[in-house]
Amino acid sequence: MKTLEIPTFECETGNYHTFCPISCVAWLYQKIEDSFFLVVGTKTRGYSSQNALGVTIFAEPRYATAESEEGDISAQLNDQKELERICLQIRNDRNPSVIIWIGTCTTEIIKMDLEGIAPKLEKQLGIPIVVARANGLDHAFTQGEDTVSAAMTHRCPEYNHRTTDRRGENVAKHVAVDVAPNNKFSDEKGKLSRCNSVLFGSLPSSVASQLNLESRRQSVSVSGWLPSQKYTELPALGEGVYVCGVNPFLSRTATAPMRRRKCRLVGAPFPIGPDGTRAWIEKICSVFDVKPDGLEERESQIWKNLSDYLNIITGKSVFLMGDNLLEISLARFSIRCGMVVYEVGIPYMDRRYQAAELLLLQHTCEKMKKPTPRIVEKPDNYSQVQRMHELQPDLAITGMAHANPLEARDIDTKWSVEFTFAQIHGSVNARDALELVTRPLRRRSDSISGCRSLSRQTVDV
Amino acid sequence: MKLAYWMYAGPAHIGTSRVASSSRNVHAIMHAPLGDDYFNAMRSTSERERDFTPVTASVVDRHVLARGSQEKVINNISRKDEEQHPDLIVPTPTCTSSISQEDLQNFVDRASLSSESDVIPADVNYHRVNELQAADRTLEQITRFHLDRARKQGTLDRSLTNRPSANIIGIFTPGFHNQHDCRELKRLPGESGIAVNQVIPEGGSLKYLKDLPRAWFNTVPYREVGLMTAIFLEKEYGMPYISITPMGISNTADFIAQIGKLANVWASALSGKRLNYKSYVDNQTKFVSQAAWFSKSIDCQNLAGKEAAIFGDATHAASITKILVKEMGIRVTCSGTYCKHDAERFNEQVRGLCDEIIVTEDHTEVGDTTARIEPSAIFGTQMERHIGKRIDTPCGVISSPVHIQNFPLGYRPFLGYEGTNQIADPIYNSFNLGMEDHSLDVFGGHDTKEVSTKSLSTDRININWTPEAESEPNRIPGFVRGRTKKNTEVSAKQNNIPEITVDVMYAAKEKSSS
Repeated sequence: MKTLEIPTFECETGNYHTFCPISCVAWLYQKIEDSFFLVVGTKTRGYSSQNALGVTIFAEPRYATAESEEGDISAQLNDQKELERICLQIRNDRNPSVIIWIGTCTTEIIKMDLEGIAPKLEKQLGIPIVVARANGLDHAFTQGEDTVSAAMTHRCPEYNHRTTDRRGENVAKHVAVDVAPNNKFSDEKGKLSRCNSVLFGSLPSSVASQLNLESRRQSVSVSGWLPSQKYTELPALGEGVYVCGVNPFLSRTATAPMRRRKCRLVGAPFPIGPDGTRAWIEKICSVFDVKPDGLEERESQIWKNLSDYLNIITGKSVFLMGDNLLEISLARFSIRCGMVVYEVGIPYMDRRYQAAELLLLQHTCEKMKKPTPRIVEKPDNYSQVQRMHELQPDLAITGMAHANPLEARDIDTKWSVEFTFAQIHGSVNARDALELVTRPLRRRSDSISGCRSLSRQTVDV
Repeated sequence: MKLAYWMYAGPAHIGTSRVASSSRNVHAIMHAPLGDDYFNAMRSTSERERDFTPVTASVVDRHVLARGSQEKVINNISRKDEEQHPDLIVPTPTCTSSISQEDLQNFVDRASLSSESDVIPADVNYHRVNELQAADRTLEQITRFHLDRARKQGTLDRSLTNRPSANIIGIFTPGFHNQHDCRELKRLPGESGIAVNQVIPEGGSLKYLKDLPRAWFNTVPYREVGLMTAIFLEKEYGMPYISITPMGISNTADFIAQIGKLANVWASALSGKRLNYKSYVDNQTKFVSQAAWFSKSIDCQNLAGKEAAIFGDATHAASITKILVKEMGIRVTCSGTYCKHDAERFNEQVRGLCDEIIVTEDHTEVGDTTARIEPSAIFGTQMERHIGKRIDTPCGVISSPVHIQNFPLGYRPFLGYEGTNQIADPIYNSFNLGMEDHSLDVFGGHDTKEVSTKSLSTDRININWTPEAESEPNRIPGFVRGRTKKNTEVSAKQNNIPEITVDVMYAAKEKSSS
């Protein structure tokens, strides 16, 4: 994979607001139906997820905190015994197929050996225990999912065994119907394009089905998803399997199957927006040597269907403060929709994993004759707000901590968190994504107050 | 380790952040990893705060872990000092800083050399106190700091105000109905000739803290936060305080009686005039508050002997228990609090009023108890509301922790005479709904449940769904499921497709969304 140099990469102080990566539990426990997530940490972590998850907390969640007490911190209590007691309780109450331990800052600082304890308890309890270190020392928000998925790759069954078995069966059948032996190669080749592509990234299952459908239209069928709907249905990985990401924050998950399971990574832009979806499919097709069919008409049809939304946003400017790593793809999609992007804040920029996306961003800027936005890694929220006051963007995509104060200062905002929970992947959902982007612009009315600013603060920020 | 699904009270740094962001021009700097500044999101969304929350994080990352924060915290303090010139910066410890044992005091000493703002480290032990205790402690700490300094500088004015006056201690952001309570509280003594000297911390400026002792006495509306400050002021400055919560008619009357007592001690000495509150209380009880009349009216007769369960913070749970039992004739089967640190006092308050008292931080225990006693209504926090949903029992929310819907825009105090009205409504409504539900059960309801008016075409039978496609709509969020199914079938009919597959379904979705 080649890296791409865009001259406008910057790095600031990292004083920005984002969610703790353990909030990935919020969507992952719902995605993996038979799982139980145990956050090992202090009250701070528990309270964070409790607040981030809002209402979902009440529906008898399959997650909890193993709350460290003073005795745990000072090692007066034995970590293994404590975790054993708690996991036993979970097994008895909920009987999950897997327990996922989420390591936090606390376990990092006191160096609790979760990876070491897990295999021992796993044997003892008879339940798989997966360890993911999703802590705020190293990661931001959505990267939490990355650590969990990366840890899951080690639990995926081996690909080779399955295929050899199947091939044996097939051969037997072929012999039975007396197929010429030289068909064997093309048969294998045909299977290659159909059966061994695994997509990674947790999406609502209806969105996953839609993406499956997109690729099946090009006669590339998806053999599995990581994570799967059930832990017991994890896809097989191994040599000859192609993996492809659907979300920009999964760089660890991308490397794990490559390095540990000998899979091949398809580096594609992400299927967000009709342009992204088409580029994504095309890249997958090119890997499997399939000539994409009807993609262009399909894309232009989708764009045509979006025209009412495009009328609203064309020519408008947007400022992404950055907190969930979807920013590059969203910026690219927005520019393609005719918006001007002033700044793309992003917590962490993996230029290798996002190379194709960055390239598409650059091409999109050229094509739409828009300036390339500056990309600010580890942004400084205070400075960003100052810049925003100068630039006066039509829309700020930002976290919850800043949304209301910015609205009070007459800058329309969209909560960035919604992009992580809404269905924005694939051509079908392009409309949903634009629905989000245009909502603050559609509801705009100047008549209520008559005054531009509703803030009380004299000094800004 | 403790297995915890839910927490009633947050961690300590939330309490400190609440004090800082309530006062004017105070900034808290948390020594914490990325993502621990979720207090900002909480405050900005739940209270719909229009200004930036004055809390920032000095981010702890791997480098900080490896080498210590060194200059980082100090730089962040000086930077905030230059950018926003706060009166006070409060470096706030989190679990991370207490585990990594950074010397916060040292940072503070060095930072205060260069910064114009005062710098006080919040003195809270992360593992030993919760949000409420930390807020209580921090408020006392800040008050003490400013009074001590004023005394040293000789700027402390200890003369009492000419008119009788009081301080209100413990109004917070984002506290449960605190803003409304504050307005009501100001009115309460105000109507009877007592001025409000200061309200802290909400909206208060630290510059004026030195004038706190000029008030004749202090009031602490909520026991959880403010009591330490009041005790400090009593000890050091001889200021008496009232810790009765004026919630409910009799508590409010007690509260005003106390005010009368305290005001008259000085009033007779200073002006030779005694204030009489009896007629004021009488008038308010009978005519301003509707609650006394309401509980006498026949509506309330229906409530007699009904059973309720109550859970919340010590202040609200105890007061509501008292209101239900003594003022509305409802039987409280179980009353409880999560304020373990104040358990003794809570027991004392509700003993004799209810059959059972629980003091716990474990919501499953609350849920199990509630399910066992099967009350007609529950009064508790958002968690009890959800417990109520599960066991099909109506619930009124009377205490933190709460959601955004418990930060109403309209005037909804829980304290004072208007508060008694505001409390009576939800209590009555909860039970009323419960009875309606019950009668529906008895008579089988008004609606025929079988009528499926939402179902679409009558010739539905002609269209087949493949089993795979059939299960697909189940994955779609419930509220759009019906529409999706309908659109798919309409589209299939238009295109003469006899059988609906997954493909057909999504093709239809694409079309309908265009």
